Amino acid sequence: MKILVALKQVPARDLPVEADAARAWIDESSLSHEMNEPDAYALEAALQLKESSGGEVVAVSAGQARVQSALREALAKGADRAIHIQVEGEAARGTDPSITAKLLEAAVREEQPQLVLTGLQSDDTGSGQTGVILAARLGWPHATLVVAIEPGPDSVRVKRELEAGWFQHVTLPLPAVLTIQSGISRLRYATLMGIKRAKTKEIRLMEPPADAVGGGLRLTGLAEPRRQRQTQFLEGSPAEQAAQLVEKLRFEARVL
Amino acid sequence: MSGILAVLERQSGGWHKMSFEALAGALELGRATGLEVFACVPGCGAGEAAAEASVAGVAGVTILEHEALEAYTADAWVEALAEWIAELQPDYVLFPHTYQTRDFAPALAARFGRTLMADSTGFSMEGGVPVFERPLFQGKHIGRFVLETPAPNFVSFQAGAFRAVPPGGGAAPAAVRRPALDPARIRQRPEPPFRETAQAVDLSAAERIVAVGRGIQDEGNLELARQLAAALGAELAASRPIIDNGWLPADRQVGSSGQTVAPRLYVALGISGAIQHIVGMKGAGCIVAINRDPKAPIFEIADYALVGDLFEITPALLDALSS
Ligand SMILES: Cc1cc2nc3c(=O)[nH]c(=O)nc-3n(C[C@H](O)[C@H](O)[C@H](O)COP(=O)(O)OP(=O)(O)OC[C@H]3O[C@@H](n4cnc5c(N)ncnc54)[C@H](O)[C@@H]3O)c2cc1C
Ligand SMILES: Nc1ncnc2c1ncn2[C@@H]1O[C@H](COP(=O)(O)O)[C@@H](O)[C@H]1O
Repeated sequence: MKILVALKQVPARDLPVEADAARAWIDESSLSHEMNEPDAYALEAALQLKESSGGEVVAVSAGQARVQSALREALAKGADRAIHIQVEGEAARGTDPSITAKLLEAAVREEQPQLVLTGLQSDDTGSGQTGVILAARLGWPHATLVVAIEPGPDSVRVKRELEAGWFQHVTLPLPAVLTIQSGISRLRYATLMGIKRAKTKEIRLMEPPADAVGGGLRLTGLAEPRRQRQTQFLEGSPAEQAAQLVEKLRFEARVL
Repeated sequence: MSGILAVLERQSGGWHKMSFEALAGALELGRATGLEVFACVPGCGAGEAAAEASVAGVAGVTILEHEALEAYTADAWVEALAEWIAELQPDYVLFPHTYQTRDFAPALAARFGRTLMADSTGFSMEGGVPVFERPLFQGKHIGRFVLETPAPNFVSFQAGAFRAVPPGGGAAPAAVRRPALDPARIRQRPEPPFRETAQAVDLSAAERIVAVGRGIQDEGNLELARQLAAALGAELAASRPIIDNGWLPADRQVGSSGQTVAPRLYVALGISGAIQHIVGMKGAGCIVAINRDPKAPIFEIADYALVGDLFEITPALLDALSS
């Protein structure tokens, strides 16, 4: 089965992400980036499908030149080829996921895979929509929040996560788009051999389609998150903070 | 016609509780824009729910009734709603941001060439138009969005964005409508929902919870969280990445795909405070957050904030608790 995996590169978690001076977007100058976590699971699912039933895994990312490092990582883990859709500015951010879906649609139409896997959500702009819009544009069926995949000859049976600990199986005809939830299986690491081999694999550059306009959703700026409770910040050394907390839990909140 | 269409969700014969939060959001947007609010319920046998969907201020209720809407599929929901929206021609179509909405609403909006404004936490009016907000960068920033396309526009509201209106009590008439839905065009074949295993722990009954997040860094360090839980007489819980790593069983997960808890005390150890985690625990009586990032979103909902390294603070807490 030929599988296309859509990968987004996002700012590394655990590092501060500051707004730019105009509060229009973030200051990208001092950020480091990594592969969006659910996409790493989507890639893992694709590689496992290839290992069990053969085929090819093509990784695709739309973005600035830096996204090639995410594609290299996918190649090092076992993807066969990669496609870099070269975009900058607003189209690269993903604030209107219809733009992203149109970019990916162009790659899907060229490659004609049987399955497209995306992450269920990007950690930065977090629309959770790109895969579903892509399916709608292609006229393909889709399933979201997928946590297990059983491929058949011309259909795929997936396990979907529902709310509050419920699950459901759904069968879809191929070709189809699946959005993958994190935790679908343990993630592999790239081996040294894989990293070496990745250097010889192809990253094809693709021009974005000219008509990749959005669906009317425009980010006008960033605001500061607001406090929803009267938060008391406890000061001092760890021991001082701890002593204050125990005191407050006992006598102020009375929960001990 | 102009107006606001709120799409309500039924779940196994009852309401998804976020339905009446979305309806509250619709009524608020209605007041802000002067538009009438209509409710719509796709389903099968949902007719008896019509009276409950008719809350004060709602101008009309439509039940979209069809056998093909008995079990949820994205295709059936898109077809049935697209037809009703094309006929009603509302300015806005609003949804609760449930997992079901996530599954079909982006495709429904795409039918109309629109992008769904997903996961909105609220709106404010500026120059006569609503500016919708939602968290970006895992809650580190709030994004402000406008919808630049003509009607219809599509928005889903996050859990807790609006206080639910009580069901029923309205005077609006309800109509049942049968969409022209061809079951042969539904491509997804769904099986009945199921639960994996019986839940071994019911965290919703716990008085105190110590929840551990990715800040714990290593499976071996969970012992530290266990000790803190024991010292506080608390249950141990976790954010999703800890469960994804297989470090704790799935029934210990708190959040939108795990358990919803409301203990008297909730200690978040190395948890950033993503919205999907927060929705599962923000009802806690007292929230303590320990995190080394002073800007971590968890601090916005915490009563007590301890900024620092959990590997220094937790042992100090154990000392303080034992003396
Ligand atoms: C549809 C969907 C459903 C989801 N369902 C859930 C769910 O049910 N439950 C859930 O939890 N998540 C859920 N998620 C995932 C959620 O979006 C977040 O990714 C997740 O909650 C993050 O977990 P975390 O806070 O432990 O990790 P991170 O976001 O990585 O945060 C780790 C935190 O630890 C802090 N830290 C690191 N080291 C230290 C240290 N030494 N001392 C102190 N602090 C430290 C960091 O500053 C950071 O704030 C869901 C996501 C989606 C899209
Ligand atoms: N620029 C991009 N390039 C490739 N894939 C993307 C891009 N943006 C989003 N995706 C995919 O779409 C999924 C959902 O993203 P989003 O709709 O932004 O939450 C991600 O997990 C990726 O798999």
